[in-house]
Amino acid sequence: MAKYYQPDIETASLEEMRAIQNEKLVKQVKRVYENVEYYRKLMDEKGVTPDDIKSVDDLHKLPFLTKADLRDAYPYGLLGTDLKNCVRIHSTSGTTGKRVVAFYTQADIDLWDDCCARAIVAAGGSNEDVCQVAYGYGLFTGGFGLNGGSQKVGCLTLPMSSGNTERQIQFMQDLRSTILCCTPSYAAYIGETLKEMGLTPDDINLKAGIFGAEPWTEEMRRDIEKSLGIKAYDIYGLTESTGPGVAFECEEQTGMHINEDHFLAEIIDPDTGEVLPEGSKGELVFTSLDKEGFPLLRYRTRDICVLSRKKCSCGRTLIKMAKPMGRSDDMLIIRGVNVFPSQIETVLLQEGYSPNYLIEVDRANNVDTLDISVELSPEQFSDTVKELSAKEKALANAIKTMLGINPRVHLVAPKTITRSEGKAVRVIDKRKLHD
Amino acid sequence: MSVKQISVFVENKKGGLYEVTSVLNNAGIDIRALSIADTTDYGILRLIVSDHEKAFEVLKAEGIIASVTDVLGIEVPDVPGGFSQAIKVLSDADIAVEYAYAFITRHEGAACVIIRVEDNAKAANLLGKAGISLIEADKAFAK
Repeated sequence: MAKYYQPDIETASLEEMRAIQNEKLVKQVKRVYENVEYYRKLMDEKGVTPDDIKSVDDLHKLPFLTKADLRDAYPYGLLGTDLKNCVRIHSTSGTTGKRVVAFYTQADIDLWDDCCARAIVAAGGSNEDVCQVAYGYGLFTGGFGLNGGSQKVGCLTLPMSSGNTERQIQFMQDLRSTILCCTPSYAAYIGETLKEMGLTPDDINLKAGIFGAEPWTEEMRRDIEKSLGIKAYDIYGLTESTGPGVAFECEEQTGMHINEDHFLAEIIDPDTGEVLPEGSKGELVFTSLDKEGFPLLRYRTRDICVLSRKKCSCGRTLIKMAKPMGRSDDMLIIRGVNVFPSQIETVLLQEGYSPNYLIEVDRANNVDTLDISVELSPEQFSDTVKELSAKEKALANAIKTMLGINPRVHLVAPKTITRSEGKAVRVIDKRKLHD
Repeated sequence: MSVKQISVFVENKKGGLYEVTSVLNNAGIDIRALSIADTTDYGILRLIVSDHEKAFEVLKAEGIIASVTDVLGIEVPDVPGGFSQAIKVLSDADIAVEYAYAFITRHEGAACVIIRVEDNAKAANLLGKAGISLIEADKAFAK
């Protein structure tokens, strides 16, 4: 069984890696400058030309891209090649107003599959494995990403998608799945269901799990490992870059190796934009070195984390990122879905409620809960419980339509949600996902 | 024909009910009858008071959510089956009772039941025809 999927890349020396990155970066900046008018304008405004970028050391000269740019440029403004060269799109789970749509050429999908294949091999996968993909398939990148990686490795791939948990376990037993790929909260749920069905980890054949798309704790990792009898590996990604597989964990379980031959990582000060030295805590920024369809340069992820080149016992030399420790914006990840408080505010206003609200996120039995308290106005009041509960339900449905997740809505009296002096406290996250 | 009820939104939290009653007390308003419907998050306090207009104004001034609701007050004989007879009239006519609460009046031998239905006029008409007496406005509750 191979230890690495692409050993020459995964164990390359820093000099070799820099040479690959330098060559790709120079080409990529030229290509983006020629093909992407939106980014060309940003470069022109900054007075940077492709000739100024001769190596990775010049990266800091390039302008940043943010989520706001992606919205402004929606849908085709950041397209890096002719649409006729693109073969697929994926999309984020929805943001205020417009979604982010990312385009993929066949080459983009091939490199994405390679990234996921590296993750599966790092988790001990080979062509003798049966890989059950229980991430959602569709616009969400999870299902297709791991599916592609699994096939590249040569695993027998079970494209289950998420849901129907008893059937997941049935397949797990009948087809002797050895690797499970899904969100950590779904893995935890599968573990609980297994127990409810009167089964133990000995009744299934799983050895490893690759879990990502939402924050999870070490404690949760141990719970999942115990309930399913596996070793659990973290995986990181974002639709803007490609999807899962931008970085992946090895058996050391001390952070994720970034596939830096494709995605060049930097850590910046989120306030000043200044590049910080290795080991500093700051905002993670990615530059796609190969992507053709959606080639984002210096994209600010808003994830706060630390990078390290410390020698890893697995033998990989790819730079490692710590589990993200938070966000530099107000985005929440609830049950794997990206949620901005402003989205909830939009629904409240549409439904005729005041913009005074409080979002409380917690985790019960490894599943995220979302509670939204909203101030009732005199016009909306009714003397019957029937009508008030109907209003709560209608609001919960409207929020579900926007976010794709079910909230619990609580109507509260006017002026009971604290009016803040200065910054409004709109969100209380009780999950303690970060140390 | 109908009676004015004050309906108040009360959050399920410590002191929530007192906030309402103290506002009424400070304005010298007498509570004649009350009921509370409660859910996990909030309650709806329903009151028959000595002066509903004033009650509504003072609650509103305090930022408390309240409304004035037309309800029916029916007088039923204080004997077994007294209430049942009145409800049968509504039930036979397919009129749903949203809620009801009762209290004893100062009149000897009679109880008063407040009922909330969708169509007050229709219900009042039917009850009247069945010989059930309706309490007229606030004055029925005067001391």
